[in-house]
Amino acid sequence: MDIVVLVKQVPDSGSERNLDPADNTVARGSADNVVNEIDEYAVEEALVLKEAHGGEVTVLTVGPESASDAIRKALSMGADKAVHVVDDAIHGSCAPQTSAILAAALGQMSYDVVLCGAESTDGQLSVMPALLAERLGIPQLSGARKLTVEGGVARVERQTDGGYWALEAPLPAIVSTWDTINEPRYPSFKGIMAAKKKPVEKKSLADLGVDPATVGLASATSQVLDFSGRPPKGAGVKVTDEGDGATALVDFLAGQKIV
Amino acid sequence: MAEVLVLVELNPAGEGVRKTTLEALTAARALGEPSAVVVGGPGSAAAAKAQLAEYGAAKVYVAESEEVDQFLVAPKAEVLAQLVADKQPAAVVIPSSPEGKEVAGRLAIKTGSGFLTDVTEIAGDGTATQVAFAGATIVHSKVTVGTPIYTVRGNSVTPEPAPAAAEEETVAVSLSEAAKATRVVDRVVEQQSSRPELTEASIVVSGGRGVASAENFSIIEALADSLGAAVGASRAAVDSGYYPHTFQVGQTGKTVSPQLYIAVGISGAIQHRAGMQTSKTIVAVNKDPEAPIFELADFGVVGDLNTVVPQATGAISARKG
Ligand SMILES: Cc1cc2nc3c(=O)[nH]c(=O)nc-3n(C[C@H](O)[C@H](O)[C@H](O)COP(=O)(O)OP(=O)(O)OC[C@H]3O[C@@H](n4cnc5c(N)ncnc54)[C@H](O)[C@@H]3O)c2cc1C
Ligand SMILES: Nc1ncnc2c1ncn2[C@@H]1O[C@H](COP(=O)(O)O)[C@@H](O)[C@H]1O
Repeated sequence: MDIVVLVKQVPDSGSERNLDPADNTVARGSADNVVNEIDEYAVEEALVLKEAHGGEVTVLTVGPESASDAIRKALSMGADKAVHVVDDAIHGSCAPQTSAILAAALGQMSYDVVLCGAESTDGQLSVMPALLAERLGIPQLSGARKLTVEGGVARVERQTDGGYWALEAPLPAIVSTWDTINEPRYPSFKGIMAAKKKPVEKKSLADLGVDPATVGLASATSQVLDFSGRPPKGAGVKVTDEGDGATALVDFLAGQKIV
Repeated sequence: MAEVLVLVELNPAGEGVRKTTLEALTAARALGEPSAVVVGGPGSAAAAKAQLAEYGAAKVYVAESEEVDQFLVAPKAEVLAQLVADKQPAAVVIPSSPEGKEVAGRLAIKTGSGFLTDVTEIAGDGTATQVAFAGATIVHSKVTVGTPIYTVRGNSVTPEPAPAAAEEETVAVSLSEAAKATRVVDRVVEQQSSRPELTEASIVVSGGRGVASAENFSIIEALADSLGAAVGASRAAVDSGYYPHTFQVGQTGKTVSPQLYIAVGISGAIQHRAGMQTSKTIVAVNKDPEAPIFELADFGVVGDLNTVVPQATGAISARKG
């Protein structure tokens, strides 16, 4: 079974993140860049599928040179090889544009299952699997907390509020995963060493047959006009409980007309 | 006046529409005259019509068929794409649920348009407000290509009635094979709860690692019930098995923006803030006076949750008599 897993490099959500005032795009220099956390669950699920069905796991990312760190991480977990789409013209692309690039790359690859994370921590769009399904004309099984593949059919439990939807679709299909689906393995020392020798193919937009004029900030389908820090909340009231903390709390709620 | 399509999110429990639909109708009115679009099983529109009329739907497009609910996301995008082509609306507004965002995305590809997700406000000129990076940054954006598509984040717009005709127009539904790719075989409810939905609730009470056990979460639930609130949990509480994952608030859980958020035994890590920072009023109970959650709390009690919370619950219940 051929599996492609999409990973995205994002600024670390634990550090302060910013937009770049020069062009209102995500400032990649402002925070450490890391693999989008949920994508590690997608990689794990890809490896589990490979262990059960054989085949190869290929990592695919669209991102700047530095995104090669994210690729190495996935390779050190056990993925076999990678495709890295990198091109200066991609900077500032919106989600539909990025999906066009990913779809073009997938068009040159062989896959039965495409796996990706359910949400990236920078854009928090949760739309990439839907966009790719639409572009590629393949089924989307998004938001999975459980995946099984059998006899050319993928079955997913799509996590919902208070339960799940049971989904079913023929392969090839795209599946996105939540962090409830598995427990990602840590790369072993051997895995880290082996990753250094695994093939990473770099592709430009020209290699994919994508016209650079159709992607990037200048032709994005939406534009950030301006941004500002949210005004910091003024320090509120803090009381130390000496037997009357609960009363003070309830008085506060009453003052807010909540109780 | 310009026509704006608003996708209706039906109440899964059966009756009427979700509050998110009324919010979307209200937000859409900044751009023009809303036309509600009901995509669902037979009878869906009839059950929703009164609410749609009350909240400003001049028209209701009724796209009903047995089939549309049997497949994931794609049927709704297909119906909307057909309406965009036929009616040439000024914009499309959709509630920002997981499904709503995916419908918006697929519709954007089908119509060659841009889309903006999780907007908290739409201005008359089409500029949308979004909150980025865990609530730390406010962004103004505009769609520059095609028919603008917006998804409106729950609890960010206050639904306001504006009675309108809700004139029905039937839309013939014939799904393409592509729209029937992913079958929804079953919809399973595992946790029946009488509490409000986390993302829709106007009050949320969340517990963290400080709650210390699954049994002890009853303290949180009791406070929530005294306030008619939803219950949430930090990731540490979820990972420790104190509370189910569906209730996790934060970057990898739900984003909530209630009138009141009460954080109990939660330190206030940046990833937790990501999910609750835009709440109107924030209250914290924590025994550590240095806990970062106090930096955003409008009101904080430094104390042991095991004494403070039950006392507060008692006092609130007593007030209600
Ligand atoms: C990529 C990533 C994504 C993440 N996503 C999320 C997310 O979606 N949601 C989320 O919540 N976290 C998330 N986290 C985890 C986050 O960083 C914190 O670890 C987590 O929020 C801590 O939960 P907590 O505040 O309950 O626990 P702790 O940080 O351990 O805090 C417990 C608090 O309880 C207080 N306490 C203890 N006992 C009592 C008592 N008896 N009375 C009163 N107070 C008491 C303590 O003083 C302490 O402040 C994420 C982390 C990463 C790396
Ligand atoms: N530029 C990218 N390169 C590779 N994968 C991506 C990219 N953008 C998004 N993805 C994948 O799509 C998922 C959902 O992202 P998003 O829709 O942006 O929240 C992520 O978890 C990734 O797996």
